[in-house]
Amino acid sequence: MAKKVFERPKYLKKSVFHYCPGCGHSIIHRLVAELLDELDIGKKAICVPPAGCAVLAYNYLDVDMGEAPHGRGAAVATGLKRTLPDKIVFTYQGDGDIAAIGTAETIHAANRGENITVIFVNNGVYGMTGGQMAPTTLEGQNSTTTPGGRDPARDGSPLDLSQMLAIAKGSVYIERTAVNSPKNIRRTKRAIKKAFKVQMAGLGFSLVEVLSPCPTNWKMTPVDAAKWVEEHVTKIFPLKVIKDKAGKVT
Amino acid sequence: MTKKRKKGRIVIDRELCKGCYLCVSVCPDQLIGVSDSLNQKGYYPAEFKGNNTGEEERGCTGCATCAITCPDVAIEVYRE
Ligand code: SF4
Ligand code: SF4
Ligand code: SF4
Repeated sequence: MAKKVFERPKYLKKSVFHYCPGCGHSIIHRLVAELLDELDIGKKAICVPPAGCAVLAYNYLDVDMGEAPHGRGAAVATGLKRTLPDKIVFTYQGDGDIAAIGTAETIHAANRGENITVIFVNNGVYGMTGGQMAPTTLEGQNSTTTPGGRDPARDGSPLDLSQMLAIAKGSVYIERTAVNSPKNIRRTKRAIKKAFKVQMAGLGFSLVEVLSPCPTNWKMTPVDAAKWVEEHVTKIFPLKVIKDKAGKVT
Repeated sequence: MTKKRKKGRIVIDRELCKGCYLCVSVCPDQLIGVSDSLNQKGYYPAEFKGNNTGEEERGCTGCATCAITCPDVAIEVYRE
């Protein structure tokens, strides 16, 4: 008898993703849903979705949700976690949301060592609004607001938010991964698992930055976008554990 | 009847598929191709080609590499 070894995880609703073909958000949502089940935290999890393409995360993840104003995920999550310390509180934020509009809230939450988990999806553009430059856009990368490519003299250079957050005393675990290949997808799942475990153990602020393709705004096929992550994005934003004060968490 | 070397099989939900072809690009044995008819969303969905033709070097192993890569969770994997 053949056994089913892969199926839709239970915390992913049966609704069809509105995301574009090949969008990394879809993969990251699924990984989160799998972990909610594997760690048995689905019933006590609260997700704080962003503004941006993932604003409708509540249509997909079958957990409690508290929508935050643009960029303010970490502030809303702080309030939720402090009033409901038994819950597992995580934000899900894109780069426009977290690295531009919500920079202040994020840095201070990390610095205070809030016991929350942040899933930071870095696709280098403002996706939902049509592909404007984000703080994370690479030098030379085209966007609707940097035609001809991002020019550091005019537009500044890509902002490495995860490194900034690693400097903050209160942050415990920060890793950068990607979802552009099966190997990296597996690694991303391990990283998010650890981030949740850091929170479950009460250790403090954890964040996983996931490099994620946006084929639509990069104007590439999904297969080419996956390659582009490897060849260009990881050169500026290398995949690595950026900070780990937690060590092995069980 | 299952062939001796064939240990796995996948089922692609053609209506969930958005034709990104990431699964096609990652299957180690090139067992996924593209359908020649459109689905209701207007995509040419991916199609499993590993079905017991007796031609394959090595059939589907049920490794699930395609499924973990599929953004739209359109692939289910079965293993003997
Ligand atoms: S615009 Fe980009 S980030 Fe948004 S759903 Fe489409 S591919 Fe994903
Ligand atoms: S389960 Fe593995 S071998 Fe089978 S179709 Fe998918 S990627 Fe190919
Ligand atoms: S990865 Fe999924 S959505 Fe993309 S072509 Fe394959 S089955 Fe379709």
